Amino acid sequence: MQSDFFTLVCWGVMAAAAIAMMMRRPVHAVLVFVVSLVGLAVIYLQLRAEFVAFAQILISVGAVAILVVFTLLLTRNGGAEAELKRTAGSAIVGLAMAGLVMGCIGICVLASSAVETSGAVTPATVRQIGEALMTQYILPLEVLGLLLTAALMGAVILAMDPARRHNERKP
Amino acid sequence: MNPLTQCLLVSGALFGIGLAAILVRRNAIMALLGLELMLNAGSLNFIAFWRFRPDAEPMGGVVFVLFALAIAAAEAAVGLALIVAIYRHFHSTNLDEMDRLKG
Repeated sequence: MQSDFFTLVCWGVMAAAAIAMMMRRPVHAVLVFVVSLVGLAVIYLQLRAEFVAFAQILISVGAVAILVVFTLLLTRNGGAEAELKRTAGSAIVGLAMAGLVMGCIGICVLASSAVETSGAVTPATVRQIGEALMTQYILPLEVLGLLLTAALMGAVILAMDPARRHNERKP
Repeated sequence: MNPLTQCLLVSGALFGIGLAAILVRRNAIMALLGLELMLNAGSLNFIAFWRFRPDAEPMGGVVFVLFALAIAAAEAAVGLALIVAIYRHFHSTNLDEMDRLKG
């Protein structure tokens, strides 16, 4: 399965992520970020995790990216940020820190003796995933449902207009 | 280079790029995108180790990544709602200008 295509996709994902984070306008950054997420889904497909790949496209690309775009529309000063004037020094420090972390991870990975046994791997079918979720991971699944409900209610309350919230309390 | 090493290197690079975005960018939304990138790097690690496992939990990696996706979605929803609420107050999404806790 190790092919030139896989390597190409890997480079594409990294390049798209780097370009997205360097874009001046956040709208363009989100659009390039979506390319990176789709590339990650292709990597998951290559690694035989099909369900995760489609879930990634549905959730990350379909929901989260669109949510970010809507937030950009709501907070409309989304033009070029005047950010590099005052913070050039701290930006260099930040880049150096990130480069240090990246280098440490790379050295650790290259120096490790992680054995690879790509023998008889059975791809995870949707049926198997569903059975695992309903038997072994039932408690985490329930907790996750609770968390999502709480998060959505919290998001609505946070984003609600404070004046209107006040009026609705005292009609 | 074997595929496991390649996946881990890609994941490390994505993590570094996301960290750089959080540390350098001053727009709150860009920082949130960097956070999403770091979460995705972690997920890629889980899938890589699940695929090339010696002999471990059969569904562990996949299920963990699915949970991580759901948590990432919840985090994005709450984070973006916070950004909208803060924008209403400060009329800016610049992280440097959010320097007061007082309402």
